[in-house]
Amino acid sequence: MRITQGTFSFLPDLTDEEIRAQIEYALSQGWACAVEYTDDPHPRNTFWEMWGPPLFDLKDAAGVLVEVVACRAAQPESYVKVTAFDSTLGFETTRLSFIVQRPPAEAGFALDRIEGAGRSQRYAMRRKDADGKRR
Amino acid sequence: MESAADRRNGAVPPGANAPAASIVAPPADTVALDALFRDSNIGETLDRLDRELVGLAPVKRRIREIAAFLLVSRAREQIGLSTGAPGLHMCFTGNPGTGKTTVAMRMAALLHGMGYLRKGHLVSVTRDDLVGQYIGHTAPKTKEVLKKAMGGVLFIDEAYYLYRPENERDYGQEAIEILLQVMENQRDDLVVILAGYKDRMEAFFRSNPGMSSRIAHHVDFPDYDDEELFAIAALMLDSMHYRLSASAQDALHEYVALRRAQPHFANARSMRNALDRARLRHAKRLFEERETPLSRDALMTIEAEDIRASRVFASAGEPQ
Repeated sequence: MRITQGTFSFLPDLTDEEIRAQIEYALSQGWACAVEYTDDPHPRNTFWEMWGPPLFDLKDAAGVLVEVVACRAAQPESYVKVTAFDSTLGFETTRLSFIVQRPPAEAGFALDRIEGAGRSQRYAMRRKDADGKRR
Repeated sequence: MESAADRRNGAVPPGANAPAASIVAPPADTVALDALFRDSNIGETLDRLDRELVGLAPVKRRIREIAAFLLVSRAREQIGLSTGAPGLHMCFTGNPGTGKTTVAMRMAALLHGMGYLRKGHLVSVTRDDLVGQYIGHTAPKTKEVLKKAMGGVLFIDEAYYLYRPENERDYGQEAIEILLQVMENQRDDLVVILAGYKDRMEAFFRSNPGMSSRIAHHVDFPDYDDEELFAIAALMLDSMHYRLSASAQDALHEYVALRRAQPHFANARSMRNALDRARLRHAKRLFEERETPLSRDALMTIEAEDIRASRVFASAGEPQ
């Protein structure tokens, strides 16, 4: 199942040139980029592993791409994303975040029905492996 | 002034007498070097270099040569004569205050204009910014600096301090290795300029042949002569909206000659410091006469006494 989170995730995967252009845009806005990766793309997992500290004071996208390439090489089975942090007063948050690598076989999610108190039904998303087996 | 770039402009489209014409190319494949020159906007940068920097004739000549070479490389690329990306890393040698940093900034603008650098900013660092204090600290530090410099010029002042042969466990070597790797593999992304004293730089290259072989252009900065230093001082004062009275001009001429003989002489930087101190004395003098109203002229004019109060004159009078 194709994970859709962050910007552009409904589009085909970005090429390196497109990634460079997006990073250039982020830097031109004065945002600081960071590279993050995870093997758990659950939508509620907001804490991805950081690939090194955020990259402040860069002028050119090449500096971020170096880290993207290094992260992909070290984590070929993980999702990798680039986030762009805006430190201006009033924002102080991530303004842009997009996936730059997906694992060769993407995991899926299953919807579990859970009996709650009384007769209430609750639902939970559960990670499935690519072959459909539940984990 | 006729420059190397201008001369070469005349040589293409293929003329008869220029060596460039020996390249056998069908006439349809001509490339307008002049248009390339105008588009790149480097003419203005080169003219500004000539206008705003006093002296430095050999440096200016080298920069024009480099600019012409890069422009011709661009032109060759356009007709499909591939030479591979030209090496752009440079080494500026010269005594303190001879304008290495200033020229490096102009060089960044020049390379940006010709499209060899995407951003054209200058990141100026020394050993402290590259080398860490404990094991595992150097690589991230060096890489961070390199990433900041990407798209522009990394200017490493006093680069020979990176290599400390007396301490075999010095982390400088690690920084050099990372630098070399990036200088080789990411030639499109950044240009490295090393700077420092000539003799120490040569010793550094002797012990790091890998560094030496990756640097294409060595530019030596000569010391300024007395007249040039005076002209530099005049330019500095002009940009700060000060001027020298006639007697102060004589005093400054004498000052330049005396200062040169003293230790720690740093060319243009010494002149800047001397002027800063003269401005202090000028302000003090005006402050002491604060009862009298000040004219615009008095606020602008540095008098001979402001310069002659320098200890350079005092020690010159003493028997050696």
